[in-house]
Amino acid sequence: MIVGERKPLAEIAEMLKGFKKVCVLGCGTCVTVCLSGGEKEAAETAAALSLLWQKEGKDGEIKTGTMLRQCEYEYIDEYAGRLEEYDAIVSLACGVGVQAMATRLPDKIILPGLNTQFMGYPVEQGVWKENCLGCGDCVLDLTLGICPITRCSKSMLNGPCGGSQDGKCEVSKDVDCAWHLIYERLLKMNMLERMEAVQPPKDWSKSHHGSVRTRVREDVRVDSQ
Amino acid sequence: MTASNLQKMLESGNFAVSGELGPPKSADITQLKHHAHDMRNHVDAYNITDNQTAIVRTSSIGVAATLIQMGLEPTVQMTVRDRNRICLQSDLLGAVSFGVRNFLCLQGDHAKFGNEPGSKNVNDVDSMQWLQAVKNMRDEGVFIGGEKLEHPLPPIFIGAVVNPFADPFEYRPYRLAKKIAAGAQFVQTQCIFDIDRFERWMAKVRELGLHKKVHIIGGVTPIKSIGAARYMQNNVSGMIVPEELITRLKGAQDKKQEGINIAVETIQRLREIEGVAGVHIMAIAWEEVVPEIVERAGLYPRPALA
Repeated sequence: MIVGERKPLAEIAEMLKGFKKVCVLGCGTCVTVCLSGGEKEAAETAAALSLLWQKEGKDGEIKTGTMLRQCEYEYIDEYAGRLEEYDAIVSLACGVGVQAMATRLPDKIILPGLNTQFMGYPVEQGVWKENCLGCGDCVLDLTLGICPITRCSKSMLNGPCGGSQDGKCEVSKDVDCAWHLIYERLLKMNMLERMEAVQPPKDWSKSHHGSVRTRVREDVRVDSQ
Repeated sequence: MTASNLQKMLESGNFAVSGELGPPKSADITQLKHHAHDMRNHVDAYNITDNQTAIVRTSSIGVAATLIQMGLEPTVQMTVRDRNRICLQSDLLGAVSFGVRNFLCLQGDHAKFGNEPGSKNVNDVDSMQWLQAVKNMRDEGVFIGGEKLEHPLPPIFIGAVVNPFADPFEYRPYRLAKKIAAGAQFVQTQCIFDIDRFERWMAKVRELGLHKKVHIIGGVTPIKSIGAARYMQNNVSGMIVPEELITRLKGAQDKKQEGINIAVETIQRLREIEGVAGVHIMAIAWEEVVPEIVERAGLYPRPALA
């Protein structure tokens, strides 16, 4: 899932200067599951902002709502009528949702209420970890399910570097050394030979570094010839 | 085109001594030049660090140009942290063009440790891939992307770093084997304070026959104070500073002299270990003690090479 963290209230309040009718809009998918931008967080954010405006003696109204998925036009179209009354919408969706909304509703002001962080999953209750960078050329076969591009702080394909100690990355004791994990996994599966060959430089052109990516499937396009 | 002094020293079987120079956080390298001059008769080549611990400093290649003008031999350190493959290859060609012959390929400390923690860590290629790329440029005359160099490179000497003090310990000798396969002709180790662990690593290295395929240069750092020892123990990644060593320093009247004594003893012990081909003395911010250490370790005068 896509994991994010709600922006600090003060930063959102600063964005809202000059607006009077505001909707804090949650998103019902990833950010709901990672407890950062769903219905509950949207309501809490709207209440906190209202209180702030009240304290500051600001004239205006902040309401709340939740859309099932802000990253798909059909859901946006279905919900659009309920957003007409607002002059600004604080989206608690990820950056994808914010942009889909801004594109589909070009007359509306859509503001980001969330900092989108990474693709990952909860490794335990309340802890989410980054697992995939979307590099476009998966190597998880080589490492039996531990991504060195994402989970090694230096994205090494031939790790571990000299900064790995006691299974931890040099960057922080809170970060596991991905290559230490890979070594132990391969050792356990009796497949350590996978670390023998020098892995060649990665083709980063398949990632974002190759410019903005578009995926097309002609067979499912409605308007294709 | 002749081989570098460091290469000749190692290939002729002499125990090599290299020094290290850390460029300043300014363009004024007067002091660095003094240090280089003062140890010129005691070291065979000088590593020039590349924005060490991710702190912005005068470039390694820039300092190398000055050293060459002084008639001294640099080993240019190149980390993959700050440059993509276009820039790495280009900088290597630039350095070779004015006479650099020794290169040390490293990954580089994470930018988080330095004075630009908000910077982007490049890591386009990793240290292993960069090592292999340099070898391929020299031996096959090709760039990473497959295009041919317009003219062959002269015989450059390719080095890497290895850390016997990092984990997983059992994998470290195999990682050295991988670096040799990638192109390393010489390797320098992380500073050796835990010599017992180093000996255990070397035993495995010999068992694999790796000491016959690569020149292994042990890293030695004289400890200036208990504070410096503690700092390395707690803040420098991939380093092991045993508590006994700190206890020994605490018990000494003259801490600095004891630091030098320990470095000399370490070198003497390293010379006894089969497969250790030289020492690399990293006396950063304490360069003036290098001649004394080299002399007391019995490595002075340096052999004259043809």
